[in-house]
Amino acid sequence: MSAARETFEAQQPPPLGMLAELTHRCPLQCPYCSNPVELTRKRDELDTESWQRVFREAADLGVLQVHLSGGEPAARADLEALVAGCAESGLYSNLITAGVNISRPRLDALADAGLDHVQLSVQGATAEVNDRIANLPGAFEKKRAFAREVVDAGLPLTLNSVIHRANLHQIPDLVELALELGAHRLEIAHAQYYGWALENRGALMPPRDQVMRALDEVEAARERLKGKLVIDAVVPDYYARLPKPCMNGWGRQSLNVSPSGKVLPCHAAETIPGLEFWSVRDRALGDIWQHSPAFNAFRGTAWMPDACQSCERREIDWGGCRCQALMLTGDARQMDPVCERSPYHDEIQTLAIVDSQRDDDFTYRRFSRLQV
Amino acid sequence: MVEPDESDVVRLPRGVRLREDKARGGWVLLAPERVFQLDAIAVQVLTRVDGRRDIAAIVDDLAQAFDAPRERISVDVRAMLSDLIAKNVLEMA
Ligand code: SF4
Ligand code: SF4
Repeated sequence: MSAARETFEAQQPPPLGMLAELTHRCPLQCPYCSNPVELTRKRDELDTESWQRVFREAADLGVLQVHLSGGEPAARADLEALVAGCAESGLYSNLITAGVNISRPRLDALADAGLDHVQLSVQGATAEVNDRIANLPGAFEKKRAFAREVVDAGLPLTLNSVIHRANLHQIPDLVELALELGAHRLEIAHAQYYGWALENRGALMPPRDQVMRALDEVEAARERLKGKLVIDAVVPDYYARLPKPCMNGWGRQSLNVSPSGKVLPCHAAETIPGLEFWSVRDRALGDIWQHSPAFNAFRGTAWMPDACQSCERREIDWGGCRCQALMLTGDARQMDPVCERSPYHDEIQTLAIVDSQRDDDFTYRRFSRLQV
Repeated sequence: MVEPDESDVVRLPRGVRLREDKARGGWVLLAPERVFQLDAIAVQVLTRVDGRRDIAAIVDDLAQAFDAPRERISVDVRAMLSDLIAKNVLEMA
């Protein structure tokens, strides 16, 4: 390793947030799920002690917030101990759940263990839409009941909905639902097309005019409900002119630990061929953050194509999403093709338009049948 | 926007935590999906917010600790607290 490279690596500022994907097990089967198509099985998951060590190492490294995610994190029998592990290390813990399998006593136990915040996903604003997308009858009513219990337990609640062609028309209803359930915050996130969502692009991609209307509806609701409900939106990027600042820059602020212990710069990073990921089974988290080849592959601006290097937005969007560049151009080192300066930009817009007019059925998220 | 009076008592809502950030230095407010880095003045004020003392008591304490005009401190502190209330990271007790 050259001296220059070592200096560069030595200066990595610490991460702020960590996404802990505790498991890929989940009672729902959302076709937009961002988990990889090849899901990790229970026997390959990190055990309780390993996760607790990872939380301690994360806190030492400078992580402030941990998002306990999945799959469904409550599919883990040791979730209470993991929340307690976060609290002991002073980490702010956010439980990202589908809310269909947490009983009231268990919720209270999680709150007692020091849980700071609950983010509940809904797949739609009505039982009909929600349960069809989740492919789980009765899910919607369970979610509503769970939301009430969260609020009753005194925990702050965020409602999160991933939106796409099959539920985009429900934005005003989602806003009403968030108010009715007593959520402090509503997150409306357009589906991001990797993992299962990519498989389902032909069933999920919304037409442009609907996307634009949805953006206006979100904006209007945000204005109207200022001080009452915080509304955050993740914009749909296939129709955009400029890419999103994916992860606020590769390896800059956050890291992701997979159910089996691999440490990833973002949850789709494993789709990029040739990257070497290190595991918490073999190394300390701080070592991985500083030195893992996968983290250093796209850090900073040196890796960027010339057009990005000379662009004034290079430290705003960091060249956009690496995984999207790979999926749509075949090369992870390209600028994100959502950028209007990308030679692939027109192709992407055409692709979105074509996909939005297809009539595909959902391919529901499942463990593959072949390997049991 | 809610402008708190000196007789009001404020507190951090559940889900918002104040803590030292050793790795980067300074103090932060942790809220759902948000991290607010605090300046030195905000730290002085927020470490005195305990959900029991009213704002007048906090202002008295600051005026004494920093040997500064009380009137001025009261205006600054209330403006800052009102900003935090608008951001949903502080509430009236
Ligand atoms: S997106 Fe749906 S299927 Fe995927 S983990 Fe979340 S709730 Fe489960
Ligand atoms: S050229 Fe590169 S840095 Fe500039 S806006 Fe496009 S993707 Fe971002």
